[in-house]
Amino acid sequence: MWIYEKKLEYPARVSSTNPRLAKDVITQYGGPDGELAASLRYLTQRYTMPIPQAKAVLTDIGTEELAHMEIVATLVYNLIRNATVEQIKAAGLDPYYADHDKALYFVNAAGAPWTATYIQSKGDPIADLHEDMAAEQKARATYEYLINLSDDPDVTDTLRFLREREIVHFQRFGETLNLVHDWMSSKKVFY
Amino acid sequence: MNNRQSALLRIMELEFAAIDLNLFLDTHPDDSCALTDFAAVSQELMKAKAEFEARYGPLMNFGFGLNQGNTWRWIESPWPWEVNFNDCKPYGEE
Repeated sequence: MWIYEKKLEYPARVSSTNPRLAKDVITQYGGPDGELAASLRYLTQRYTMPIPQAKAVLTDIGTEELAHMEIVATLVYNLIRNATVEQIKAAGLDPYYADHDKALYFVNAAGAPWTATYIQSKGDPIADLHEDMAAEQKARATYEYLINLSDDPDVTDTLRFLREREIVHFQRFGETLNLVHDWMSSKKVFY
Repeated sequence: MNNRQSALLRIMELEFAAIDLNLFLDTHPDDSCALTDFAAVSQELMKAKAEFEARYGPLMNFGFGLNQGNTWRWIESPWPWEVNFNDCKPYGEE
């Protein structure tokens, strides 16, 4: 069960209309290392985790990623909502506009749609947690590239918040991996 | 910034602290300092949310937020992507 809360996790601000920046930032909505991929990866891997800490971490981080998806959507929506067709054409966002107007859709920065092949759910907790740690680092790197590309200080502020959360999640997944290793090496006594 | 936004920002701060402590406790379930902090933050968060909802309508759906009065306040704007934290007005009221 999930309950919706009518607020953002972080006050996502946008200074001005900027379809060029929206075209880049949308990759964290529907790109390979974006928030949809992160959330769905963790929420589907959690069922086969062997210890309670791992089930909790994947549930809670998977849920927080949904809140990050909403923050990224808010940035993109507000970067393009007042854009003119001329601005959209100048930014090279016209192929997106042709299919989606100014609606939110799950694509990467180059326009490729989201695919489940971005994620894996292996059933092996060591393999899955290593993937999760790599995913957090890839998302952290993406946020750094987006910060390099951003010419809007308000958007940069939110991108910095999201980058920091990737670092915290990486730390929690690393601790979870250690706990799973401990569990696997502990003696199982059945009588 | 209007009163609604100030109250909302306070809730966002408290809830962020609760989220971060929650994740920490997932892998450190016996950490007494974190447990104490979580209890304090969570109590203050629930108080702030109750005050906000009494004034501005429910923050959560499906019965987890109070709907007071004779109208269904859940559908009232602003939605999260419509709040402009840069100034006093939600986007919808520009």
